[in-house]
Amino acid sequence: MARFSDEMLSRAEELVALYPDPRSATIPLCHLAQEQDGYVTNEAMAHIAELVGSTAAEVQGTASFYDMLKLEPVGRYVIGVCTNIACMLRGAYELLENAEEVLDVPVGATTQDGLFTLEEVECIAHCDQAPAAQVNYRYFGPLDRQSFESLVSKLRSGELNEEVPPHGTLIRIRREAPAVIPMEEIDRNRAGEAE
Amino acid sequence: MTDRIVGARLHYEDSQTLERFLATGGDQGLRKALLELTPQEVADQVTTANLLGRGGAGFEAGRKWSMLRKAPRRYLVINGDESEPATFKDHLLVENDPHQLVEGATIAAYAIEASFVVIYLRGEFALGLERVQQAINEAYARNALGRSIFGSSFSVDIVLQPGAGAYICGEETSLIESLEGKRGFPRIKPPYFPAVIGLYGEPTIVNNVETVSNLPWIVQHGGEAFKELGQGRSTGTRLFALSGQVRRPGPYEVEMTKITFRDLIFDQEYGQGLDPGRELLAFIPGGVSAPWFFPEHLDIPLGQDEVAKAGSMLGSGSVIVMDDSSCPVRSAWRIARFFARESCGQCTPCREGGAWIDKILRRIEEGEGRESDLDLLLDLCDNISPGIKWPPAQTTICVLGPSIPPSVNAAIQHFRDDFLIHIKEGRCPHA
Repeated sequence: MARFSDEMLSRAEELVALYPDPRSATIPLCHLAQEQDGYVTNEAMAHIAELVGSTAAEVQGTASFYDMLKLEPVGRYVIGVCTNIACMLRGAYELLENAEEVLDVPVGATTQDGLFTLEEVECIAHCDQAPAAQVNYRYFGPLDRQSFESLVSKLRSGELNEEVPPHGTLIRIRREAPAVIPMEEIDRNRAGEAE
Repeated sequence: MTDRIVGARLHYEDSQTLERFLATGGDQGLRKALLELTPQEVADQVTTANLLGRGGAGFEAGRKWSMLRKAPRRYLVINGDESEPATFKDHLLVENDPHQLVEGATIAAYAIEASFVVIYLRGEFALGLERVQQAINEAYARNALGRSIFGSSFSVDIVLQPGAGAYICGEETSLIESLEGKRGFPRIKPPYFPAVIGLYGEPTIVNNVETVSNLPWIVQHGGEAFKELGQGRSTGTRLFALSGQVRRPGPYEVEMTKITFRDLIFDQEYGQGLDPGRELLAFIPGGVSAPWFFPEHLDIPLGQDEVAKAGSMLGSGSVIVMDDSSCPVRSAWRIARFFARESCGQCTPCREGGAWIDKILRRIEEGEGRESDLDLLLDLCDNISPGIKWPPAQTTICVLGPSIPPSVNAAIQHFRDDFLIHIKEGRCPHA
């Protein structure tokens, strides 16, 4: 566990091969690690460093900068209620209070059963559906207490399994394309055209 | 008359599919570019069109391309890290017309003869990432990407990169750092443009999603046709994102300069006005970095120069409406808090100043403020952006810090009484 499994490793290697510099795969690989373990573990960061040719400290330096990359376990569903200006003007803080009551956890905490983590997030670009929230980065809105309750119960019952996959933003993303053209070949063609 | 360019397909239920794309002119711009025009001719059309960057800064796309340092290897990065509060147009375009984005990116790659293209999308756009990757896959399958595209001598790859949640990565040098696997720290200028030193130290063009989504149309119809829309420097159309306390928030693509803020907010075709009995308190014309506008600004047309002349900016094209049930102290606080949270922490004025402004506004909002706080807030703003003028002066590496004062200053100047009631009476007059 924690280092990439064989299947994840082959996906990781495919991602690394896409870039002129393997370090560019650092963030995508952090997303993969999160998909595997629910968060980015120390072991995963060490493994990512091996794969992209940096150090575990550098990977941690990067990972700790970004809101989506979790360095500690989170719930199966990470619910982010947006409270930025457009949502706030349409009742986001009331929604956030309701969310705390419905889930019975304060912002930042995970429910006892490990199912939900509640976050207050910055603008998620869903402003015409304000107040909005994201669940594992799938968007919902406009939400009030009633529709939030119904969202939570659907998540509990598994009714939204199709719409809201487990954590990990790359979970359904597969590149289907030939290997990227080596930079040298592009350079050579360009030089050939110039002659 | 054309009033829909980038959003032309959005009214179809299946706008994201390849079938709809191909049935509605898809690929035609790219074919024309690759098979009939030289890269320079494509760039010339874009210069003629006077296409202004749609990300926020409004820099001429053709001019940006022309600044590219001559080097054998050069990169194109598409900026889809849309996170400016209340901006949701790129979110819409990546989810609902991903093929147009890929076509536009490929045209841009051809025009600048890019060796490699990355589409960097905000990590939170899970559905958008899926759809853009599918569009990329389908482009390879029909030879619209990869080696010898459509039988031409042009070859290029597009790779999709997810961000991971950081507003600052919308700043182009920060985005490049992130793309190199690092923390999203904006780079010290000069060089001012990645066109000189960008990704992996090579010349790089960073273009916004909406900007390149205009390219298929421009190539197909010509730069002149684009320029005929709008007036002055504001050509073509823009996808405005209307949000806040308006009856029908939404994305509205309109010809530049042809309608006013009053039309956008109140017209039946657009925002349909405020809730019954409400009055307009203020609105922000172009994302939360912009100085606020008030009812007396309603008749300003939606144009780059028109808004600039009135002391604000069209920015990212997001218009936020506040009615008189909202508290301006609270709105200013929430905007300041956003910047405080999203400061990357490199520069002291932004990191410390932002945090203090957040704290002070919050205590005023909660009825714990002091009268001296107003001067203190303005002093902090002045330290971040000397003179608190527009466009803002800068003491920091990037413009995130200088984006804090406009809202704070606008709120204090126009709603001083509201602040004083919070401070003296410990209550909010809007509650």
